[in-house]
Amino acid sequence: MSRSLNRLALGLAVLMVALLVQLTRIQVFQADELNAQPGNQRTLLTEYARERGPILVDRAPIAQSEETDGSLRYLRRYPAGEEFVSATGYYSIVFGATGLERTENAILSGQDPRLFVDRMQQLFAGREVKGGAVTTTLDANAQLAAWEGLAGKKGSVVAIEPATGRILAQVQSPSFDPNQLSSHNSKAINAYYAELEADPDKPLLNRPIAKTNPPGSTFKVVTAAAALTSGRFTPDSVLPGPATYTLPGTNVELPNWTGTECGPNGEVTLAEALAISCNTAFAWLGNELGDDALRDQAQQFGFDESFETPQRVATSRFPEDPDASQTAQAAIGQFDVRATTLQMAMVAAAVGNRGVTMRPGIVDQTSAPDLTPLETFQPAEFAEALTEEHAAELAAMMVGVVSSGTGSSARIPGVAVAGKTGTAQTSRDRPSIAWFIAFAPAVNPEVAVAVAVEDAGTNEVSGNQLAGPIAREVMEAVLAG
Amino acid sequence: MSAPVVPGRQVEPGRSDQPTRRGVELALLVLVWGVGSLAMVLASEGAAGEVVPEVWRVVAISGVVLLGLHLVVRWLAPYADPIMLPTAAALNLLGIAMIGRLDLAAALRAQANGTDPPPSDALDQVLWLAVGAIAAALVLLVVRDHRMLRRYTYLWGLTGLVLLLLPMVPGLGLTIRGANLWIQVGPFTFQPAELAKVVLTIFFASYLVQTREQLALVRHKVLGLGVPRGRDLGPILVVWAVALLIMAAQTDLGTAVMLFGLFVGMLYVATGRRSWIVLGGLLTVVGGLLAYALFGHVQVRVRVWLDPFAYATEAGYQIVQSLYGFAFGGMMGAGWGRGYPQLVPFAENDFIFSAIGEELGLVGSVAVVVLFAVLIQRALRTAHASRDAFGALLVTGYAIILGLQVFVVLGGVTRLIPHTGLTTPFMSAGGSSLLANWIILALLLRVSDHARRPDPVIVRPDDATTEVVARP
Repeated sequence: MSRSLNRLALGLAVLMVALLVQLTRIQVFQADELNAQPGNQRTLLTEYARERGPILVDRAPIAQSEETDGSLRYLRRYPAGEEFVSATGYYSIVFGATGLERTENAILSGQDPRLFVDRMQQLFAGREVKGGAVTTTLDANAQLAAWEGLAGKKGSVVAIEPATGRILAQVQSPSFDPNQLSSHNSKAINAYYAELEADPDKPLLNRPIAKTNPPGSTFKVVTAAAALTSGRFTPDSVLPGPATYTLPGTNVELPNWTGTECGPNGEVTLAEALAISCNTAFAWLGNELGDDALRDQAQQFGFDESFETPQRVATSRFPEDPDASQTAQAAIGQFDVRATTLQMAMVAAAVGNRGVTMRPGIVDQTSAPDLTPLETFQPAEFAEALTEEHAAELAAMMVGVVSSGTGSSARIPGVAVAGKTGTAQTSRDRPSIAWFIAFAPAVNPEVAVAVAVEDAGTNEVSGNQLAGPIAREVMEAVLAG
Repeated sequence: MSAPVVPGRQVEPGRSDQPTRRGVELALLVLVWGVGSLAMVLASEGAAGEVVPEVWRVVAISGVVLLGLHLVVRWLAPYADPIMLPTAAALNLLGIAMIGRLDLAAALRAQANGTDPPPSDALDQVLWLAVGAIAAALVLLVVRDHRMLRRYTYLWGLTGLVLLLLPMVPGLGLTIRGANLWIQVGPFTFQPAELAKVVLTIFFASYLVQTREQLALVRHKVLGLGVPRGRDLGPILVVWAVALLIMAAQTDLGTAVMLFGLFVGMLYVATGRRSWIVLGGLLTVVGGLLAYALFGHVQVRVRVWLDPFAYATEAGYQIVQSLYGFAFGGMMGAGWGRGYPQLVPFAENDFIFSAIGEELGLVGSVAVVVLFAVLIQRALRTAHASRDAFGALLVTGYAIILGLQVFVVLGGVTRLIPHTGLTTPFMSAGGSSLLANWIILALLLRVSDHARRPDPVIVRPDDATTEVVARP
């Protein structure tokens, strides 16, 4: 009996070992996968059981957690409502998180490995485990100016500190109330979300960074930069500027928006062509430079590159292989050129920053719950788009746009403002997009801004009329502060 | 196993050089009680943010009960294995701590819904621990020598069968959650299958001791395995049929598997013939296929086992939640009261192990499996040391029951095998299960006491020169 008893013992031991192996599989090796299963409420419940850290502008919260007596203990609140949605996103039990709520989740939820020591201290001290804080680079005044400027309009504003790439304002319009998506009532959340989705104005779209538009005449700054970089042109170079330009290889006539010649005898200087936004001169210039030169210059400003601020920014594009006619159109920001509002702000900022393109960022600092800093924003160069000399020349040309050209609405008394207007058609029959990019002061600028207003008229003046004043108010807000 | 005999000294039963090791048992029990009490305090603190008064009552009652049982063992089974009682107590207290923690979750939910808090299951459970301990004490008191159980072989068999079939009696049976396992007498519900396994093991051991020589006979060999004689196939087929009947009538897969496995395992140990294992295996396969083909509930369980996430909101909900719980616990666990075991329906019964895995992590779940393994090992060790075949078979049977039950229920909640409803011995909420397991523990203690007890040796003190031969 002793032998069979031993064998039985072995058999039972095998069963126990099988259990141990299975436990190790599900509790260690498959644990991450199981925790990430959609419909696993535990992950959500844990997140909501912990006080999520705030998102701050200066020292004021634009997103914070409040305690409730519900089964989900903490409720996410956005005191400023719709204004900061483009940056914060929302934090929803139904739709997950977007914006900084998503990209900075590890810090905000307290799960970041760098917060491990804090977690342990809080645990042993018997205090509630809290998440860390995220301070944005946003400037409350600039943000408010942009938000108020876009009120009732469809569009977006991005402002950047040229020397560092810090994002000072990032506004979408229309926006939505993130409080309603971050409630604990999934029925109400679903209803509100359905309403937003059905809205033809697409309030859920993060226009400043997720939507690309044809940049229109604001792209002439890039073309002008390429011209200066080529060494073949100076601001005083004389270009042909007839009333219409026949696109090469076609018999299509590209007109000026005024319908007239850009200068006496159909000739105009490069500086003057930029100031009055002469289409024919820039179309000609584009063909002279060629698509490779334009693309290289555009890429130095950040086109064809994906940025994370850490919010993911849609990639702005310069067409890959345009023919001569398409290159001429691309040079004035039409055809397949597409840019985010952030991208055009980066163009203005790089010109102002002595030709250096900085990587954009919106997180100024992450900190532990006790506010000791974890990581602080470090300015990072992306590329040298222009030499310092060429940048100064281009800046001076852009000052001309505002002082004596199409960008008059952005004038600020006592401050030299550099800018460029634009009106882009997305398609022939659709209303166009009014653009304005600018920086101020023209030397050592404190702020660069890009404004895109959709559903503008088809006239080039709309950039100046609709977008220019918003750009001016945002710049004034920064300069005043 | 005989006591050392020193000429000139009188050695009496119970007062020999063979250590009783009751001190070890007491020390381990104090440790277990301390750890268990700490677990209850932490669970309450974690789940409710305060130590609720029930905790102190449970701590006090369990302390008194365990100390009482220890004293009974000292008195009635002084040479019993010192590890078994503390191990069972550890599992029981861990279970009570988790049940208490789930009570608090239910109370918080009731508070949130504005309803009255449900009664405390933990308090019930500790009272059932007391009942189980009293039953164990009675078993030790009445059964002074386990061999007396052999006297009523067929009475045990009949009792076991009746207990198994009781839930099928109209007017008495009670169906809860699709399984017809319960009987109801007045306000009390009871799972007779739990007691059936206790008495059927006695019956099997007793029966096999009588018949094992016949059952070991071999007429011819096939592939090196002796084939039993045709007329000896009767018993295994009867047990197989009963198991199938239970599966059909009570939709109780777990009990059927356990019953048949118990018999085959004991048959093998009793006869030493591997052919019984092979035959048992074949019958299990046939029975399994038959059950799969005939019973919808078996098919559902298998499908859910193969792909639980496809049924995550219906039949697979429990197992999926259980897996989420284990994963959430990970290596170290969420901590007492800091997980969400209440998301697993009936966590206090079949799925108490997932609650442990969730809040105590791999560390805790492995510890529980190890505790069971220790208990099984102590039982098998007792079987080895036992001086009589009946005692050896009896404890072997209980070792098999524990092993199979642990494997079936823990394997079920971890998705190692299809989930079949069985209670986790000593841990799940429920009186019948706890009572039956404490009776089993008492019988294990009784046999191990018998095995380790020194022989009564009578030495005449004045006859130092006489050579004394110990009884063989």
